[in-house]
Amino acid sequence: MSASVIIFYIISAFILVAALLAVTTRRIFRSAIFLLFTLIGTAALFFWMGVEFIAAVQVIIYVGGIVVLIIFSIFLTQKSGDEMPKPLRNRSVFSALALIFGFAFTYHLINGYGFGQTNLQPFNVKVSEIGMQMLSTKEHGFVLPFEVVSILLLASMVGCIVIAMKIKPVEEKADKEYFKNE
Amino acid sequence: MSHYSYIAFIPLLPLACFFILGLFGRKYFKTFSGTIGTFSIFISTILSLYIAYQYFFIEGKVNSVFQNIIAMKFTWLQFAPNVSIDMGILLDPISVMMIVIVSFISLMVHIFSLGYMKGEERFATYYAFLSLFTFSMLGLVLSSNIFQIYIFWELVGVSSFLLIGYYFEKPSAVAASKKAFIVTRFADLGFLIGILILAFYSGTLDFGTLIERLTSVQSPAFIEISSATFLGASMLTWGLVLVFIGGAGKSAMFPLHIWLPDAMEGPTPVSALIHAATMVVAGVFLVARLFPVFSIDLTAMQIVTWVGAFSALFAAVVACTQTDIKRVLAFSTMSQIGFMMFSLGVSKYGGENGLGYTGSMFHLFTHAFFKSLLFLGAGAVIHVAYSNDIKELGGLRKIMPVTHITFLIACLAIAGIPPFSGFFSKEDILLAAYHSSKLIYGIAVFTSGLTAFYMFRLYYSIFWSKDFHKHESSHGEGTLSMKIPLIVLGVCTIFAGFVPVSSFITSDGAPLESHIDMAFSAFPVLMAVTGILLATYLYKTQNNRSRIIASSLGRFYKIVHRKFYIDEIYLFITKKIIFNSIGRPAAWIDKNIVDGLMNFLATTTENISVLIKRLQSGKVQNYALYFFGGIIGLAALFIYLLK
Amino acid sequence: MSEISITHILFVSTALFFIGMYGLFTRRNMITMLMAIELILNSVNINFVAFNKYLYPGKLDGVFFAIFIITIAAAEAALAIAIIINLYRSHHSIDVEDASELKY
Repeated sequence: MSASVIIFYIISAFILVAALLAVTTRRIFRSAIFLLFTLIGTAALFFWMGVEFIAAVQVIIYVGGIVVLIIFSIFLTQKSGDEMPKPLRNRSVFSALALIFGFAFTYHLINGYGFGQTNLQPFNVKVSEIGMQMLSTKEHGFVLPFEVVSILLLASMVGCIVIAMKIKPVEEKADKEYFKNE
Repeated sequence: MSHYSYIAFIPLLPLACFFILGLFGRKYFKTFSGTIGTFSIFISTILSLYIAYQYFFIEGKVNSVFQNIIAMKFTWLQFAPNVSIDMGILLDPISVMMIVIVSFISLMVHIFSLGYMKGEERFATYYAFLSLFTFSMLGLVLSSNIFQIYIFWELVGVSSFLLIGYYFEKPSAVAASKKAFIVTRFADLGFLIGILILAFYSGTLDFGTLIERLTSVQSPAFIEISSATFLGASMLTWGLVLVFIGGAGKSAMFPLHIWLPDAMEGPTPVSALIHAATMVVAGVFLVARLFPVFSIDLTAMQIVTWVGAFSALFAAVVACTQTDIKRVLAFSTMSQIGFMMFSLGVSKYGGENGLGYTGSMFHLFTHAFFKSLLFLGAGAVIHVAYSNDIKELGGLRKIMPVTHITFLIACLAIAGIPPFSGFFSKEDILLAAYHSSKLIYGIAVFTSGLTAFYMFRLYYSIFWSKDFHKHESSHGEGTLSMKIPLIVLGVCTIFAGFVPVSSFITSDGAPLESHIDMAFSAFPVLMAVTGILLATYLYKTQNNRSRIIASSLGRFYKIVHRKFYIDEIYLFITKKIIFNSIGRPAAWIDKNIVDGLMNFLATTTENISVLIKRLQSGKVQNYALYFFGGIIGLAALFIYLLK
Repeated sequence: MSEISITHILFVSTALFFIGMYGLFTRRNMITMLMAIELILNSVNINFVAFNKYLYPGKLDGVFFAIFIITIAAAEAALAIAIIINLYRSHHSIDVEDASELKY
């Protein structure tokens, strides 16, 4: 029972407890904070697995961007201090049952798969290597997905603006013109 | 024989006329439809006369026996290698005579209707129906196959239905057309079963082959059919009797006569064409067509004879009490057809013994002329006086001279006074009856006397009796188009008796020489004159004598006046018995069980769909849950069950 | 590290996935549904990295996938917020039970 194993169990428990609380608590702001904890726990898991770069990206983007965005939208749309309405009893029971069954089924499959011996090769993730491979056009190069994702980001930005834009009603303008002439 | 193939035009021209007038007449042709109809029938008449001339005088005879010529034939439905329904045209003496009669009388009726039906809104439809009827009747008499005659039989029934119910706004007309159709349809059931029996045993549906197989005593078909028995009578008897039932329905023999008086609800020219001269003789024609087979089976002949004789007497008795002009004429028709029927019944096949056959056909020929003349005359009378009831008429001889003279000629003919045509044809019938059975002869002579009596009763009541009070808006005698047919038919009635029918139409095809037996004819003529004198005494001037006689007969008079309550009996049977015990339960089953089952299926489907509908709740999370459940289910299915 | 086999990590990620699904099915508020979706995406991220580390340590494909997923998750979260704001304007509520126009 080495230290890494214990740390792994602690991190896993942290993630799962925070996630459970995030989906069951009735106050919305607390739910956002529990989400934040879950994401931080995931970053810790990444750290434990040795991919520090991903952990850093996770913290910056998820925790620092997405959770902040969510908290802002909570402020914009409702009083965050009140309790949210309870979910329907039927629905929570049925979905819990279905999901427990699903989880058992999936985990049974995973267990039975037999992934084989863990490779004992060390896992080196150098940031410079990530950078080089991201922009390389040779085999295992990810420049095409990179460009596509940038276009997607552009599209989503434009889309957000278009969807959330307030369109001035046309009748207001027409009414103004009409009354101007009188 | 292909060079007779123009015969096909004779029925097909009226058929084309029916389609044209039926589809386009009302909108495009209007009153011109009458001219179109008349013209096409005129051409059919010319063709029929030409064929008659060719057949009877030039080509029909081989070894001085008239041949049955098949003019055209094509196979329509093949059931088995040697059983098929062929459509064909058969020419033999009676069919040629019939096409002349049918087309000629139809022509007269067409011309008469130009004036009688003038101003009718559905003028074109009337002519279309007339053309349909003419086509059906011509097809019936030209049929070479017993099934083909059945097809045209039904077509004639349909045309009659359409024409009787022509004034469909009148409920009585609708009821009458339904009655006619149902009674004849019911009789046709017997006809069909008879056809099937005869066809089964003889193995063919063609007339010539059927007659040949069933009349030669050694043929296997004949042996089989006469040895197979059912309830004591041979199958031959059953087949023939059933076929006769069909004929009796169409010819209004007792007890299937109930439709004929009511059929007078149709327009009068229609009664002249259909219910006097052509359709009602279809039954007689059928028996004549199958006469060789009938003449072998004595039981069937007896039935034919007695039904005919009884109908003749029955109708004559009832006609003496009726007050509606057309009903008197209807019963008179029934009586005369009874004459034709029993004349066939007492006849035998071949040579001198076949006199009854010749007499029957001769009477059919002359009857067509004088009966249609009577009906058209009655039509002219009704046209002037707006009334059918003889109690309201009288003294019309001053206003309608042409109608008066022609009506008188027709009455003399039907009474059997020489030298008019009826005398000659009745004489042949009475001679045949005398040689066969004195009882039948006695009934026939008595009926002739009654015929003369009631016809002259009718004549005097219309044209003499009292003076006529003119209706305010009545018009004169009628247009020229109404007078010409009366005159033409009057001339034919006078001279038709002199046609030597017996040298053309006999039971076996060989010409027969006929002679007038003065001594024999004296007694029937005397009976007729007695009847006329009695009618003159009672009806020529207005008096109480007829009423005194009627009241002295009391109860009996009432029964006869109500036509022996036959209609009431039929109504009782159908309404109380058939409708209540069969009709109502069937209707209940149809409404509750059959419809109920369908409704049950429909409402069940609806309920199920309401249940399913609730799945579409509009809530996204429900959809997501179903989606997820489906994925898990499918995954489990594929992984565990369908390895 | 040698005692933790891949199935342990997969347990964590699977559990996280199903917890996120529970949140998606049960939560009535649209923003909390969005939070649950982020949990799901995170579980997928863990999966990719775990597979890369344990099965194919010589390559970097899993890492790249994780990067791209994070990027796309960010874009998608922004779009989701925009849609929620739009829906709030028309329904004046972000209760997902109120947006049931697809009902029969």
